[in-house]
Amino acid sequence: MSKDSAASAPGGTGARAERPVGRKAAGSRWGRLLEGGLLQGGVQGSPVLRLFMRWVRRPLLPVMRLWRRNIQLKVVVTTLLMSLGVVLLLGFVVIGQVRNGLLDAKVKASQSQATGGFAVAKQKADEAASGTADDGSATDGNSSQNVISWMSDLVSSLSSGGQGAFDVVTLPAGADSGGGRSPRGSGYVDPSASVPEDLRARVNDRTTAAQSYTRIIYSNGKESQPALVVGKQVNDPNGDPYQLYYLFPLTQEEKSLSLVKGTLATAGLFVVVLLGAIAWLVVRQVVTPVRMAAGIAERLSAGRLQERMKVTGEDDIARLGEAFNKMAQNLQLKIQQLEDLSRMQRRFVSDVSHELRTPLTTVRMAADVIHDARVDFDPMTARSAELLADQLDRFETLLADLLEISRFDAGAAALEAEPIDLREVVRRVLSGAEPLAERKGTTIRVVGDQQPVVAEADARRVERVLRNLVVNAVEHGDGKDVVVKLATAGGAVAIAVRDYGVGLKPGEATRVFSRFWRADPARARTTGGTGLGLSIALEDARLHGGWLQAWGEPGGGSQFRLTLPRTADEPLRGSPIPLEPKDSRRNRGLNDAGLPSGGGDKRATVPVQPMGDQGPPIPARNPIAPRLTAATPTADPTALPGNGARVVPRPTGGTRRQEDRPAADTPRGDSVSSTDPAAAPENSNKQGEASRGR
Amino acid sequence: MKGRVLVVDDDTALAEMLGIVLRGEGFEPSFVADGDKALAAFRESKPDLVLLDLMLPGRDGIEVCRLIRAESGVPIVMLTAKSDTVDVVVGLESGADDYIVKPFKPKELVARIRARLRRSEEPAPEQLAIGDLVIDVAGHSVKRDGQSIALTPLEFDLLVALARKPWQVFTREVLLEQVWGYRHAADTRLVNVHVQRLRSKVEKDPERPEIVVTVRGVGYKAGPS
Repeated sequence: MSKDSAASAPGGTGARAERPVGRKAAGSRWGRLLEGGLLQGGVQGSPVLRLFMRWVRRPLLPVMRLWRRNIQLKVVVTTLLMSLGVVLLLGFVVIGQVRNGLLDAKVKASQSQATGGFAVAKQKADEAASGTADDGSATDGNSSQNVISWMSDLVSSLSSGGQGAFDVVTLPAGADSGGGRSPRGSGYVDPSASVPEDLRARVNDRTTAAQSYTRIIYSNGKESQPALVVGKQVNDPNGDPYQLYYLFPLTQEEKSLSLVKGTLATAGLFVVVLLGAIAWLVVRQVVTPVRMAAGIAERLSAGRLQERMKVTGEDDIARLGEAFNKMAQNLQLKIQQLEDLSRMQRRFVSDVSHELRTPLTTVRMAADVIHDARVDFDPMTARSAELLADQLDRFETLLADLLEISRFDAGAAALEAEPIDLREVVRRVLSGAEPLAERKGTTIRVVGDQQPVVAEADARRVERVLRNLVVNAVEHGDGKDVVVKLATAGGAVAIAVRDYGVGLKPGEATRVFSRFWRADPARARTTGGTGLGLSIALEDARLHGGWLQAWGEPGGGSQFRLTLPRTADEPLRGSPIPLEPKDSRRNRGLNDAGLPSGGGDKRATVPVQPMGDQGPPIPARNPIAPRLTAATPTADPTALPGNGARVVPRPTGGTRRQEDRPAADTPRGDSVSSTDPAAAPENSNKQGEASRGR
Repeated sequence: MKGRVLVVDDDTALAEMLGIVLRGEGFEPSFVADGDKALAAFRESKPDLVLLDLMLPGRDGIEVCRLIRAESGVPIVMLTAKSDTVDVVVGLESGADDYIVKPFKPKELVARIRARLRRSEEPAPEQLAIGDLVIDVAGHSVKRDGQSIALTPLEFDLLVALARKPWQVFTREVLLEQVWGYRHAADTRLVNVHVQRLRSKVEKDPERPEIVVTVRGVGYKAGPS
């Protein structure tokens, strides 16, 4: 399984991690270990090492991901490792105790056996000594001859009593190897090799018995075996000391011990595997409902509110399930309530619409009949008929706009997007706005219409937005040019409508989208229009997932930009047209008063007065302005003077609309006051003419 | 232009006003205020055009529209207070040729009625072919393999408009102007719905149209004959 590789691979490097150094980036224990180990060596900067690190880590990444994500794997592996540790510890303790028990018995038996042997040897030496003393004729050489044979006899007689249970070895004492007292042993035991040196030294030093563990080496090629050796210095018949050793093979004990070891190992393995399996089962019991809950939560959030967890029993898991289901139930209830409310609202709007419109139709028709016949009336009645018809128009538009807005508010507005060529829409809008433009003496130019500008959009809504923008631009453009610019780039299309009229004051760029907003509430309301046009336009743009933004500077005109995603579901990342046009004062290096400023002088070559009939040519396509790539546009009322905010908080209502905006500007600062009032009267006059722009 | 117009509307004031306007324009209006009686009134008065309010007591306008359409191809113009997508589309799908949203101006209404009544009065004898269909413009008939297919006048006009210029792709706006007589762009859903209805009658497989082909992003054109 994969965890094997996780466990084994980093072992080599992990060994270096002597101090655990926590690095926040590392996701798992192994990762930390790895990084800690490799970065400990003080080679943080070394590219070679980093490369090596990456090389080591790469194959581990999927394993680490699995480790991070799978709690079941985590628990099972941890259980396995911990139970392995426990089993190993237990095994060592048990084996140690068994060995001690076995050896203790053996040592005691051996000691008594050896003690008996030593006594026999002593006794035999005494007997032999008294025998020779009685003989009296023995010579020195003779006696050493005798000692050699005596000793051989002694060894064979002593070992014969053991019947293979032990062997006997004699060694000369100390460094003295004189005479015939060379080492000898019973049963092919290699005497000097089988008795460890340190034991010989110990036996040499004292008269009591000493013991040690050793391996018996055989001279006839028999396999060596572990043994207990007990030795003592005794005297031979001549009274010279020699060392006598008893060697007890431990073969039996070793066999018993290895049997115990084998049994323990098998049992331990079983226990570990079983514990792992148990952990897996137990965790599965807990994890399965959790996973089920996660899956159902996902489906709930995807809108399938009917989904519930299966609940069995009364344990904690069941309580989780019950709580979860209760939550889902409440959620569903609330959502249903909201949906019902919204449906009621929509229904209400629809009903009001019908109820209001039917009588209005009658009134409208009656008014038109009267209006058509006004030539036959006396002047007062005729004028009344005109007023009646005019104001009915206004009433109708207002009603239509109100219903449209309430449809947006109720979420009842539906987008019918299909691929359309925005140039077509622009063409239609311009042909519709032509009469108004003629009256105002405005020329409308289109830029960037050489190639198709296709986007998935609702033609009706886009046309409504554009009509609004163009009519506004003409109405507030002071008879100067209006430039409609199209561009497409990077999954977005944009249409910007630029005018060179009175423009917008700082902060107004956001407020123009407010319902019923107008720049100067004190000014009499003379023009048509409902004050809802730009609010509806904004909602239309939002419905497309697009942006509608305004920019303007006092006296420098304004630009409204509609940005739409090219395909309906794509999120917008930027707009092909910068919100602030290139021929704005700031971009031309002028401040509000028309004086060159130190700052942005990129367009210094552009004529200083661009508000004449022909503004500077605007390139058809611009790269997406980098500052617009910020994801969520935010209202920016404190932006630089003349630098319009990008968007557009949902208005809270109360103020008047944009069309009435430019009237008597309250002087904002010394530099502006000279320009604005000049524009105001002219503008308000023109506004008087331009009624019913939409 | 004389024409009998049946006004189906429960609002007496509006109906009376409609009558005034229609009479002023030289039409002969007749009135019915109840959806249940609408069909009988239709059979009795045999109008050239029906003005139908969608919200009626008794049978609602959609149902009335369906019943009338089942036995006649007479032009039906819906009067609706709801310009919401669903209402309009349901109305059009039930067989209405056109709709007009309240409140409307009398001139607008009259223009719509005239557009619907304006049949190419004495059409020149003309044979057109589109796909495997043969269209006799003057005889107002469409035949496939000698079998004639029943179309409403509006559907017939739509088909003829496409068939006359098989090389041309018609945008929805152009079709609105040519077939419905709108001078300014109006609701392109009219075109969509009627193309669907036309297809369901003339196509062998409406899922894979061969007579009226969609040109994605532009509009419609006649299939190759």
